Amino acid sequence: MSIAIVIIFLTAIGALLLGLLARRGRDMSLEEWSVGGRSFGTVLVFILLAGEFYTTFSFLGASGFTYGKGGAAYYILAYLTLNQVAGYWILPGIWRAARRERLVSQAHFFVRQYDSPGLGVLVAAVGLIALLFYFVLQLKGLGIIVGIASYGAIPPSVSVWVGAAIITAYVMVSGVRGAVWVAVIKDVLILTVVVFLGIYLPLHYFGGYGALFSAVEQAKPGFTILPPKGNGVVWFQTTVFVNAVGGYMWPHMFAAIFTAKDARIARRNAVVMPLYSLMLLFVIFVGFTALLRVPGLSGDDVDLSLLTLTVQTFNPWFIGVIGAAGLLTALVPGSTILTAAATMLANDVYRGVIRRDLTEASVNRLARAMVPLVTLVGVFFALKGGTTIVGLLLMGYNFIVQFLPAAAFSLRARNPVTRQGAFAGILAGTVSLTALTLTGATPVDLLPFLPAALQDVNAGLTALLINLAATGIVSLVTQPRPVLAASES
Amino acid sequence: MLPRLLSLVPFIGLLAGIGFANRVEPRILGMPFLLAWVVGWLFISVGVMAIVYRLDPTNRANDDEAGG
Repeated sequence: MSIAIVIIFLTAIGALLLGLLARRGRDMSLEEWSVGGRSFGTVLVFILLAGEFYTTFSFLGASGFTYGKGGAAYYILAYLTLNQVAGYWILPGIWRAARRERLVSQAHFFVRQYDSPGLGVLVAAVGLIALLFYFVLQLKGLGIIVGIASYGAIPPSVSVWVGAAIITAYVMVSGVRGAVWVAVIKDVLILTVVVFLGIYLPLHYFGGYGALFSAVEQAKPGFTILPPKGNGVVWFQTTVFVNAVGGYMWPHMFAAIFTAKDARIARRNAVVMPLYSLMLLFVIFVGFTALLRVPGLSGDDVDLSLLTLTVQTFNPWFIGVIGAAGLLTALVPGSTILTAAATMLANDVYRGVIRRDLTEASVNRLARAMVPLVTLVGVFFALKGGTTIVGLLLMGYNFIVQFLPAAAFSLRARNPVTRQGAFAGILAGTVSLTALTLTGATPVDLLPFLPAALQDVNAGLTALLINLAATGIVSLVTQPRPVLAASES
Repeated sequence: MLPRLLSLVPFIGLLAGIGFANRVEPRILGMPFLLAWVVGWLFISVGVMAIVYRLDPTNRANDDEAGG
């Protein structure tokens, strides 16, 4: 057995123990389990959010995307920055509503803001689909990382099962507290590893960043900026916009805000968080280095570029450290995703529709029982294969941004959107998004008089506009009239 | 009102500015101009949002949202 496997294995055990110990001294009520009893200060909220934002995606997906698409990968830095600017304004309102109503999940927020359990079920359903994409992405990443870092000794199917079992165990016991404590180690480790790789590899192979980019431009002219078509300027702008305004609509990020003990924590984090996303710059450097040093990867395999390059460059013990960091970047988001998904299934689907009279304690037990179930579905899809990591992520973002109009309007003093409007908007947005994704249709196909440049508009944005139109029209029609207000159910 | 307007500035740089910035030369610190532009705006955004945080009156008031 190589030293790399030993390091990865010890890290996995360490994460499991830390995750299990995280519940110590806490009475694990539903509120404690799913949103940490709303008691986290600035640092813990930062770690939790950083743990969720910077995932296997930051590690493998961003370098793979750079390897495969070049300059288009800069979209990641741009949206992570703008996402925080948007978060500054939207998060405090969400936090206040959550505290007032003692909310435990995103779907719960919609139930209370619109006084509609039906809307909660719709949000939970769409949210669960998007979370599944994200979860599968983490598990796939986990399989790749451990597979390569163990020099092929551990096949993806084994590491996916073992990783999934670890997450399931500590999430069932400690919920969001387990996630945040594992995130502490994860953040330190990944930051160190990524910054080191991003500085060392370009220097080692090219002598500097200038030489690296000159070499890339020489091999593939125009590759370090946006191409005229496809992943070009319009694609960049619309994708950054959708991801930026929609980023916090991920059910697990939405719920992560509930853990803060006051609203200013959310604002403070929004100010400093972009500095942390500079880490992705180093990943982009690695992606370009890999392009020239380990050429020939295509399709799904671009996600392997960072690891292939590191295996070629470093000793086994360091590969083990990288593998361990990669493992943790899958475990942390995986665990908050599981917590959010299980909470929504128990609190908003089961209690919302089937058993209204369920007590808090029963919901709590049920939520924990749901955890292995969600894990199994994730493992199933992760082992089935398909699309690249970024492909999965972009798809998930396009779904969850459909929650934005109903969520944002509900924070206004007088909400112009009715519950029917909110329902129709989210439904129209997600249905049209599914249709657009399956058929590959663009706005130009639907409305031929539009300029051809709009060919590359992000499908999520098109669906968002349809969503807004549906929200507006249905809200107008169903606007409660004062006289009839009493008879409204 | 001013803080809200200020926070639109990063959107201008990172969305509207991209068409203008999509070029390799001039290089900055070895990076293609587009990448340097995005990184530069990341720093500008943090600066702008730090100012927004200080100007925003809700961050001074203690009462309405302090937790316990």
